[in-house]
Amino acid sequence: MPTTAPRGVGHLRGDEPFPVAARRSLADAQLRRNLGHATSTIRAKSAAVIDEVPDWQELREAGSAIKADTMARLPELLQQLETAVVAAGGTVHWAVDAVEANRIVTDLVTATGTDRVMKVKSMATQEIGLNEALEAAGIEPVETDLAELIVQLGRDKPSHILVPAIHRNRAEIREIFLREMPGVDPSLTDEPAILAAAARRHLRRTFLSTRVAISGANFAVAETGALAVVESEGNGRMCLTLPDTLITVMGIEKVIPTWADLEVFLQLLPRASTGERMNPYTSMWTGVTPGDGPQDFHLVLLDNGRSAVLADEVGRQALHCIRCSACLNVCPVYERTGGHAYGSVYPGPIGAVLSPQLTGVEDNASLPYASSLCGACFDACPVKIDIPSILVHLRAEHVTAYRSEHRLPSAEAVTMAAAAYTMDHLPMYEAAQRGSRLARFAGRRGRGLPPPLSGWTVGRDLPQPPPQTFREWWTQR
Amino acid sequence: MVDATMTSRELILGRLRAALGPPPGSPGEVARDYRPAGGAVHLDVLVHRLTDYRASVHQCSDDEVAQVVDAILGGRRVVIPAGLPRHWLPDTVEALTDDGLPADEIATADGVVTAAAVAIAETGTVILDAAADQGRRVITLLPDVHICVLRVDQVVAGVPDALARLDPRRPLTWISGPSATSDIELNRVEGVHGPRNLHVVIVPRGTHHSGG
Repeated sequence: MPTTAPRGVGHLRGDEPFPVAARRSLADAQLRRNLGHATSTIRAKSAAVIDEVPDWQELREAGSAIKADTMARLPELLQQLETAVVAAGGTVHWAVDAVEANRIVTDLVTATGTDRVMKVKSMATQEIGLNEALEAAGIEPVETDLAELIVQLGRDKPSHILVPAIHRNRAEIREIFLREMPGVDPSLTDEPAILAAAARRHLRRTFLSTRVAISGANFAVAETGALAVVESEGNGRMCLTLPDTLITVMGIEKVIPTWADLEVFLQLLPRASTGERMNPYTSMWTGVTPGDGPQDFHLVLLDNGRSAVLADEVGRQALHCIRCSACLNVCPVYERTGGHAYGSVYPGPIGAVLSPQLTGVEDNASLPYASSLCGACFDACPVKIDIPSILVHLRAEHVTAYRSEHRLPSAEAVTMAAAAYTMDHLPMYEAAQRGSRLARFAGRRGRGLPPPLSGWTVGRDLPQPPPQTFREWWTQR
Repeated sequence: MVDATMTSRELILGRLRAALGPPPGSPGEVARDYRPAGGAVHLDVLVHRLTDYRASVHQCSDDEVAQVVDAILGGRRVVIPAGLPRHWLPDTVEALTDDGLPADEIATADGVVTAAAVAIAETGTVILDAAADQGRRVITLLPDVHICVLRVDQVVAGVPDALARLDPRRPLTWISGPSATSDIELNRVEGVHGPRNLHVVIVPRGTHHSGG
């Protein structure tokens, strides 16, 4: 029986359904300005560097095929990876869920005798709520990615996979630094270069004095045991190189079969993600290297619902995701609501398919509906994940679950059946069209329809019906 | 319920096998119709891509490297890996050879001079593989100026060529321009935690060959 991610730990479930959270975001004009600026900037950058690559579609095809092959051979590849990492002097741990992963990491850190760890930005550790687990054990986690630092200092939550502080502008960031960064220069301006320099000074001592680091992994090569972390700032290199102990937490779907397969993903990821030909820094390591870098290396392989995703033949494509976030940047829904509305650490279109599968669809039932199904995410995805099809598949799964639970058709099903009957009977259809003018009063913009139809209009603006129907206009000619 | 006698490893592998069902008859072949390794190398593309990402590029003979280093770091302290060709260093710099220097001491140096393993023209990337003329990863991380000397025969066209030349078991650092962030309103800012200045010195295919 597939087992989903456990409740009560980690950040895959929101406190409220998407439509409720989205309504609040939509009312925040500053947030919408910040998001609109950021997503349009990154879309333009990404499109320009993708245009330079003559074989982009062939790379996407290959990326998709490698991932499909990986999923079909996942147990074998993970064992191969384990063997290679152990042979290179690393230790491999298997964690069935967030609770076990947090316990493994906490125990490893405690065993070193330290009470502070530094972290490279990692979706997997956010997913399992590792920071909270470490804090509960008396260990201070320090986020070293600039955006994660902004989020951590602001006691905020990340709102984007790649740029977690995308919802904050420079003035807000300056205020957070002035308030929360010890010893910061009070004459700090909001110039991005000045703010970045402040973060540099703030974190240098941490890098040089912290003995344990925790990272995620972008790729793990089964054939050789090599792990890869892709980054920009150098905080990743600091964490991967300076400490005595390195602990890497990795979702089991991040494995790729061969060293040569990196040639596909290292071309796709930077251009789709940050809109760069290559990100400033990529670090690769295999186990431990005597005399260079951490001499104690642990790899934690995390399931946390992924085996349940794999069991769904349509939905398993979501495991192909390389976390580039291109789908977020092109999504009209994400652009208007931002990431917090999705409730999970995985926002946007990929989050709308991944989160409900990891938790079980009933725990994130509103997310498959948080999409216009426009298909922009499918076109943007560098590994060609058919997100719209998975959304529709999950909606169907939710409807089936709802029916079997309630034994009554949903309001939507009743409405659709009634609409189908009406359209089949012309006099009734004409009467309905005339009647729809009543909606000009009943359903003025922003108010929506009365119950039970309010379920539909709560998440949608109702179009203004015309003063005259086409049929009426036609008969008057 | 989790069977207490079953390890998490067995549990996860069992769940994955159950999720997949019976293995398919033959695994599907991955079509690789993208450009393979072996494309023509254009040095001007490398220079363009490096400068586009705010790296400084110098082209000179092997004998002139010391003059370039002098112009950038003359009168200052530089860290060097044990295997660095000494004729690349001018007399004007104070050289600290890394024989296991503590990180704090490396951090006080003004710059670092290394060789490279491979460079990718199409992406403007230099790759270090911790060979004797490049040293431990930490020395190119803490000083603020990195001068990286590259031979033209180390330049390849694209990413597939680079991976084919590299040894996956070595610690690898791929560098594309100086440290940068785009976290503040997606404005690119050079220089966060890593070296804020990257100089790439391209020399002709020389008689000197680096150790490894």
